[in-house]
Amino acid sequence: MAGSTLEIKDLHVSIEDQEILKGVNLTITGGEFHAVMGPNGTGKSTLASAIMGHPKYEITQGSVLLDGEDVLEMEVDERAQAGLFLAMQYPSEISGVTNSDFLRSSINSRREEGDEISLMKFIKEMDEAMDYLDMDKNMAQRYLNEGFSGGEKKRNEILQLMMIKPEIAILDEIDSGLDIDALKVVSKGINKLRNENFGCLIITHYQRLLNYITPDKVHVMMQGRVVKSGGPELAQRLEAEGYEWIKEELGIEDETVGQKA
Amino acid sequence: MTVETKLPYDLEYISQFSQEQNEPEWMKSLRLQALEQADTLPMPTPDKTKIHNWNFTNFKHNATGGTIQSLDELPQEIKVFFDTENQNQNLVIQRNQTAAYASLSPKLKEQGVIFTDIFTAMNKHSDLVQRYFMQDAVSVDENRLTALHAALMNGGVFVYVPKNVVVEEPLQSVFWQEDPEAATFNHVIVVAESNSSVTYVENYISHNKEEEAVANIVTEVIAHDNANISFGAVDNFAQGTTVYVNRRGVAYRDAVIEWALGQMNDGNTVSENITHLIGDNSVSNAKTVTVGRGKQSQNFTAKIVHFGQQSEGHILQHGVMKDSATSVFNGIGKIEHGAAKSNAEQESRVLMLSKDARGDANPILLIDEDDVTAGHAASVGRVDPMQLFYLMSRGISKQEAERLVIHGFLAPVVKQIPIQAVREQLTEVIERKVY
Repeated sequence: MAGSTLEIKDLHVSIEDQEILKGVNLTITGGEFHAVMGPNGTGKSTLASAIMGHPKYEITQGSVLLDGEDVLEMEVDERAQAGLFLAMQYPSEISGVTNSDFLRSSINSRREEGDEISLMKFIKEMDEAMDYLDMDKNMAQRYLNEGFSGGEKKRNEILQLMMIKPEIAILDEIDSGLDIDALKVVSKGINKLRNENFGCLIITHYQRLLNYITPDKVHVMMQGRVVKSGGPELAQRLEAEGYEWIKEELGIEDETVGQKA
Repeated sequence: MTVETKLPYDLEYISQFSQEQNEPEWMKSLRLQALEQADTLPMPTPDKTKIHNWNFTNFKHNATGGTIQSLDELPQEIKVFFDTENQNQNLVIQRNQTAAYASLSPKLKEQGVIFTDIFTAMNKHSDLVQRYFMQDAVSVDENRLTALHAALMNGGVFVYVPKNVVVEEPLQSVFWQEDPEAATFNHVIVVAESNSSVTYVENYISHNKEEEAVANIVTEVIAHDNANISFGAVDNFAQGTTVYVNRRGVAYRDAVIEWALGQMNDGNTVSENITHLIGDNSVSNAKTVTVGRGKQSQNFTAKIVHFGQQSEGHILQHGVMKDSATSVFNGIGKIEHGAAKSNAEQESRVLMLSKDARGDANPILLIDEDDVTAGHAASVGRVDPMQLFYLMSRGISKQEAERLVIHGFLAPVVKQIPIQAVREQLTEVIERKVY
């Protein structure tokens, strides 16, 4: 079997008793790149965070399965060990923990005791990945994300992605706040991972990221649901015409969810 | 309010004790006078911590211990404080009140460095000890506990570094309270003459969980013109010991005093760390870490007083509180009139690990001079759930994620501890206390 399968079925999610996701259905299989697009406030980031187990979100209905295993029953760390990865929109800063120590712990958490990655192999892989992402080597010894610029944080998320090699990755607005050069570098890193064992869910509200990473499937979210799915041509039409035509087609007036305008 | 503190020892006992130690006459009369003063002096009044029902009277004052021929004899829990591979030649071990082991490198002896237990120092260098004993830094009559300290002083060390001598290797003291009821009335004096420099590190260890004991410690650190003193400590008294620890520094012109204090006691503790920046361009960095657990109540005061012009004072206090531990952190920067162009900075941060723990951070700046700079930052908070989510989302367990966050929180102070073995030991103590 090629890669893993993440199945999201009828997912309902609330935050502070307000329902944000109202029944999301989505299946991602190894080898596939999916893009979830949509205007601000339609539930895209909630979807990403809820799948990973963000403490603020409450799942009220539905299921998330990874190769048939119930993800929602797992602790956050168990989800990661099972093969999920979330590149965050706002990565935390952790003082006193070096980037490289953190990465090594992360990699080893997915390996059996006694089968930890050797220091030499780790350093070599990290060096290569940092070169690939045009990162300053000093960043390995800096404290995790502390004092990193927005662009550095995003690169650091992709560095982790490349080193940890998850089965399914969710990238939450990895393109926000990046200039065009950084965007190219980040895209290059993600494209390098493309193979039949790796599935990816890319969340963005800009089509421009998809100029560098071609998705196999594109989904549009509005009002806490996936309202339209298609191939890469859907993203191009959104770029050219915006979201209004979808709203008209579906009779939607306010596409946002859970926010009072 | 008045405090009922019945003194367990009388003039006759003190004078007998002094005689047994072969003390010079000045010390004996200082003790006797102090005991009389103790009767009338008030207890210290640490801000926001009530100490009236703490045990300051129940202890065994006189507890000797066997001497130590070789470090190999020591139990593992004491051995861990030394670097056994590169054995420190400059080491004093006090077992209960007995100076059980002492060594000082021949080179330092030749240079006139003194590093010995306080009783030997009073015998051999009476004038020198008298010159500094509760004179420039702490006074006998500050409060009842300082007076009791002087009256009942039963251990400690004396460090003296002559002019222009740079001591490269650190000096280390280990105060091991092997007897669970032994009181620690330790007096530590560190004097660095002009243009000299020294690093001194001390460890306090006791194991009394049920038995009650008292530690009443006064430490005086004097840095003369252009001297540099780096002072590190790991206090690790067990639950049964009530601790009053008063560490005070005096820095003259161009002198530097660096404090790195790991305050890891398990019992109730009042800790004062005060530095007087007397001379122009004098500097002090006071860094402390603590972990509170169980039901212990602790009060930490870190204070730097600026008298000299262009003096620099930086206070950094980090504390982690768990269970139903309570701690008050007072950070005080005081700039006296005339201390122009001085800078007083302080930061106090408290991390709470449970809902019953309490932490107070009180930043205070007292400034009587116009031409100065000062700043403070204080925070009390919980481990950020977003930080835990982030670490766990990479596969790291919750416990390990918490450990990493706490480790990172305390690292700025821990990494300042001068001896690697002690630094590692502090890290280990922290981990043991946190989990």
